[in-house]
Amino acid sequence: MIDDSLTMKILLNDREEEFGKDSISVNEMLIIKKFSFKMRIIKINGSLISKEKYDSTIIHDGDDVQMLYLMSGG
Amino acid sequence: MRFSEIKTHLSKFRVGIAGAGGLGSNCAVALARSGVGTLVISDFDIVEEPNLNRQYYFTDQVGLMKTDALRDNIARINPDVHVIIHQKRLEKENITEIFKGCDVIVEAFDRSDMKEMLIETVQLKMPCTPVIVGSGMAGWGKTGDINCRKIDETLYVCGDETSEASENLPPMAPRVGVVANMQANLVLEILMNIK
Repeated sequence: MIDDSLTMKILLNDREEEFGKDSISVNEMLIIKKFSFKMRIIKINGSLISKEKYDSTIIHDGDDVQMLYLMSGG
Repeated sequence: MRFSEIKTHLSKFRVGIAGAGGLGSNCAVALARSGVGTLVISDFDIVEEPNLNRQYYFTDQVGLMKTDALRDNIARINPDVHVIIHQKRLEKENITEIFKGCDVIVEAFDRSDMKEMLIETVQLKMPCTPVIVGSGMAGWGKTGDINCRKIDETLYVCGDETSEASENLPPMAPRVGVVANMQANLVLEILMNIK
């Protein structure tokens, strides 16, 4: 039997992603996914997460995470 | 629906444009031609010669404040548009005051840190106002990579989300114009859906 209590599935930009933990912080997700680009917007279940809350905000199973990179130029 | 009816509908709305550079000047002109009632345009820069590769200004406007020059250009295109200008740098502290009452806000900055600051501020302090972001449009070609993506009811992005401007990949008229007009097109879509 597979113990799935230590995994979670989320939607990241509308695509399903699986992590080997039951919750992670926003910063942990950025490290695991190697998202290094600095200028971005992150929303979880429709709520914007400001930069200073990347450590304290926890992503749970089933969450809908949207990430938008901001490129210079305009 | 006839254009006269569309124009009458659009004349009831107010759109905020954060920045009057390549995105903002072209987007504002498209919205003015369409008949949007009020445009609130904020910028603190002057028109410089290198801007003319993509921004909606003319050689005889070099040295003028962008907001003044854009107001003049819009008046020559559609004098019925009410243009409100703010000659100041947008900051966390003044964004809600400047764009108070806007039905949609267009993010039209050049710098990514300014884009981030504006989006964060509007999303946190004006959570019901849709923001239309431009991200990724430097260089030339690859028109098909440029898209509109709806993140949710209050956040949309136009651009290829990858092409960052640099010395060897400058922003240029065609791709910046494509994105600016996509932003304007999304504004119309949102406003036309408001009864």
